[in-house]
Order: sequence, then structure tokens, then C-alpha cells
Amino acid sequence: MTAVATEGVPVRAAARRQSILEIDRVTKFYTSRDAGSAEPKRITALSSITASVGRGEFIALLGPSGCGKTTLLRIAAGLTGWDEGSIAIAGARVNGPRKDACMVFQHFGLLPWRTVLSNVVFPLELDGVPAQSRREQAMDLLKLVGLEKYTEHFPHELSGGMQQRVGIARALMRKPLLLFMDEPFGALDAQTRERLQEDFLKIWSTIGTTVLFVTHSIDEALVMSDRIFVFTPSPGRIKAIVESPLAGERIGGDPRAHPAYGPSRHELRGMLSGSEP
Amino acid sequence: MSNGVVDVAVRPVVSKPAFGSLRWWLDHPNAVRTLSVAVFLALWEYFGLKVDPLFLAAPSKIVEAAIEVTRSGELLHAFLATFYPFAIGMAITIVGGILVGVAMAQWPLLEYILDPFINALYAIPRIALVPLIMLWAGLAVGGKVVILVSIAIFPVIINTFSGIRDVRGSMLEVGHAYGATKAQIFFKIVLPAAIPFVMTGIRLAVGMGIIGIIVGEFFTAQTGLGGMIVTYANVFATAKLFVPIIVIGVMGVVLTELVQSVERRLSRWRELERDRG
Repeated sequence: MTAVATEGVPVRAAARRQSILEIDRVTKFYTSRDAGSAEPKRITALSSITASVGRGEFIALLGPSGCGKTTLLRIAAGLTGWDEGSIAIAGARVNGPRKDACMVFQHFGLLPWRTVLSNVVFPLELDGVPAQSRREQAMDLLKLVGLEKYTEHFPHELSGGMQQRVGIARALMRKPLLLFMDEPFGALDAQTRERLQEDFLKIWSTIGTTVLFVTHSIDEALVMSDRIFVFTPSPGRIKAIVESPLAGERIGGDPRAHPAYGPSRHELRGMLSGSEP
Repeated sequence: MSNGVVDVAVRPVVSKPAFGSLRWWLDHPNAVRTLSVAVFLALWEYFGLKVDPLFLAAPSKIVEAAIEVTRSGELLHAFLATFYPFAIGMAITIVGGILVGVAMAQWPLLEYILDPFINALYAIPRIALVPLIMLWAGLAVGGKVVILVSIAIFPVIINTFSGIRDVRGSMLEVGHAYGATKAQIFFKIVLPAAIPFVMTGIRLAVGMGIIGIIVGEFFTAQTGLGGMIVTYANVFATAKLFVPIIVIGVMGVVLTELVQSVERRLSRWRELERDRG
């Protein structure tokens, strides 16, 4: 897939850092039965997706609903299969969830009968890490996300933003190579969302893990990522791969005040709306 | 919270409702309850002493009878004769019901094999089977246990089964995404998620188990509190007849409260979830 060069959204063709995720012509179909016809119809959910993600990159998968961005994330996470092409993480073909690639869910995915602390230790509990050690690591991460005072609360005693902080802490417990985030802030109100974007970027800048971030918000994609994979629907494919000009501003700065913010937004909106029939 | 504050500020200062006014009674529900029971007992005492003691015993006579059967050891003997098979039967009901429910939910083939029988047995009033069960299992402890289990086990099986089947897919996905093994998914996600359902099943089973054991004793009519009721009814010893009835009532209340307190503790997260809507 070639990158599209547009004004305000420059493309750096420079060699990427060491590749961690290789997606090569991945195609996925699903069958659906129309109300009218008895014949099942084969629908292309993802059409020949090719992309490469470098170690430490922050990638946004941007597109309208139904464009296959979440499907691609789920394929990479090993949660669903695909029909053609290949996909590999750190050189190994994906064939199921990997312990070093962790997921942050749109609706947080916390286990409601577990306290905050107990939710965060969950991945290491599965790995058989001794209780004392996993507890200490969880406490460090809970401090990092600002929830050290809420360890004994249950998820439903917390606000949505706090619940997602727990989700993020849990996903970081295994010190993952790759972090999959499926519209992680989509269920939050606008203010909480911006706050979490900022806080997450700060955390990300200290741990430097590779992030694949699904969103349908142009603003979120621009403000958070290094590169944006712009998806268009039916069939789901990557229309363009765009570098965010704001990548240098996102931590500590005010990316929305950057002169390139407006034009880039406009550019991306044009790409997305141009895809509509 | 803020509501209360506003209330205090805005509501004009009202003098305490006068004792005896409707408002006062509404503010003191426990006083109303106590008075209600006291009036009932007084009326019972008054009319109980007037009518033929063959049909109704006054509370004072029941107290006398209770002291008599307690002193003679008859009550304790009957209570133990009831409680021993009750405890065995409930243990079988809980353990067996959970095992069958879990097995049916895990293996659909087993579900298809068993559910015609479970539906059929559930539809038949189990009391109709009591004479048959007695024929097979005898009049002693074994018979009582089988009758109890046959009546009480169904809510445990059905609730366990539907509790496990009801576990949200998103919850299982968390397990998959974090690479949990099948056993880990079962013990760390499916089972805890189903526990509130299981506990409800157990609570229902306790109530049915008490009915079961008394019904069993009515038919065998030899021992236990149920046997005591039948014996004294046959000789028109109405005051003594009330004693085992009251003991059974107290036993029911105590056991249900006990299960409910465990249920509340284990299901706290579900209450919180529901409150949040």
C-alpha cells in the first residue's frame, strides 16, 4: 500500500523502525443471508490489507463503522480468523491470542465480581505469577493510571473513565510488545475522553509499547497516533496511510493548537466522506 | 446527596408528627409491625380460649405444650429426626444440582439427553411421586432424603445451567484475549459469573427442601416434626400440633436468612451492576 501525500499531511518515506506487525494481503469474507434471497451472499469484510507496523509506533485505524477496522484488530489479536493472506507478529504467524499482545476493550471488559486490584492482576494470575509479585506490579500500574486509592472498589463503583484506566492497567501487566485498543475511549463523554487521551499518551511515552488503536474519531486519530490507516467500507480496505503531523506535539503540548491540525482534519474528513457512495 | 442538602434548606421546619397521628405511625413501621402481631396474638388468645380446644389452641396453651414436649425430649428427638435427613438431602441437592447443571451447560449432548426428563419431572408435581418413591426407597431416612432431593434439586440444576449459559460473550472474550486456558475460563470467568444464579437456586431449594422433608414425614408418619404433626392431629391435641409447625417455620426463616446473607455477599457485584443500570 502506498502512502498518499497531501498538503498538511506529509508522508515520511523514511525507513521504519524494526517491524513488529506484518500484514500481507489479508482478506476476510463473511456470508450473510439477505431477507429476499435464499442464497447466502459472500461479503468481503477486508479486502487485501497490507501494512507494516514498526516497533514502538502508535497506529490509529480510522474509519466509519462497518469498514473492517475492528475486524483487522481482532485478526491481529488472534480472536478471529481470516481467509487469505498472512499476518505475523514479531516474525511469528498469528494463530491465536499471544500473551505479549494485550487488548483494551471498548466496554472495558472488566470482571464485575473482581475488585480493581484483582482485575488488574488477572493476566499474571493466568500466567501463574506468585501472588505477592503480581500484586506489587499491579500496584505500580494502578499508581501509573492514578487509581492507587481504588484498589478494593468494584468496577461498577467507578466511573467509565476510571474503569477504562483499570482496563489499561490490566493490559499493561504483561509488559506487552503490542497493545490493541478497540475504540477504548468510545464509550466515554467528551471531557473524560480528552483527559484519558492525554493521560494515556503520557503513559505510552514512558513505556513505549507499540499501539494499534481503533477509532472513528478523526480528532482522536490525529492527536494520538504516529500514523493513521484510513479505512473505507464495502469492501473494507485501507484507502491511505497518513502520517500525523502532530506526533511531535502530542505529549505535553497542545496538538489541537498546531497549525497543521485544521488542514489535516479537513484532509482526513475528505478521504472518509469521499468513500461514501 | 445534593438532594438531601436541598431538602433541608428548602423544607420549612415542621414540628415532629404527634404521637398517634397517621404520620407518626408511617414514620415508625416497626412499631406498627409489633402492634399488629400483638393484636393478632391477643385476639387469638381471646377467641382461642372461647372455642372448642379440639379446633384451635390459644397461644398460652401452645406455650404450655411447647414446654411439655421440650422437657420430655420429644421435640428435640423429632427435630433431629427431621434435620438429619434434611441436611443430607440438601447436601446432595446442592452438590448434585450444581454438578448436573454445570455438566449440562458444558456438554450440549448431555443437555439433550437429560432435558426431556428434567422438563417432565419439573412439570409433574413431585408430591405425586412420593408414594412411588416410598415404595422404592422405604420409610426410613433414605426415603425422606430421596423425596427431598426429588423436590428441591430442580431449581439448583436449572439456575446453575442458565447461569452458565447466560455468561456474556464479552466476558468470555476477555478470557480468550488474555490467553486463558479452557479450565481457567471455566473457573475464573464462567463459574464466578454464574454464582449469583446458583445461590438463588440454592435459596429456592432450601424452601422446597423443607416442604419436601415434611411431606415425606407426612407420608411415612413415623418420625420427625412432620410425624409429630400427623400424630397430634390424629388425637386432636391441637396445642401440641402447633409446636412442630412453629419450629418448622423458625427453621425455614433461619435457613433462608442464612443462605440469603451468603447470597448477598457473593452477589454484591451484581447488585452494583444493576444499580448502575
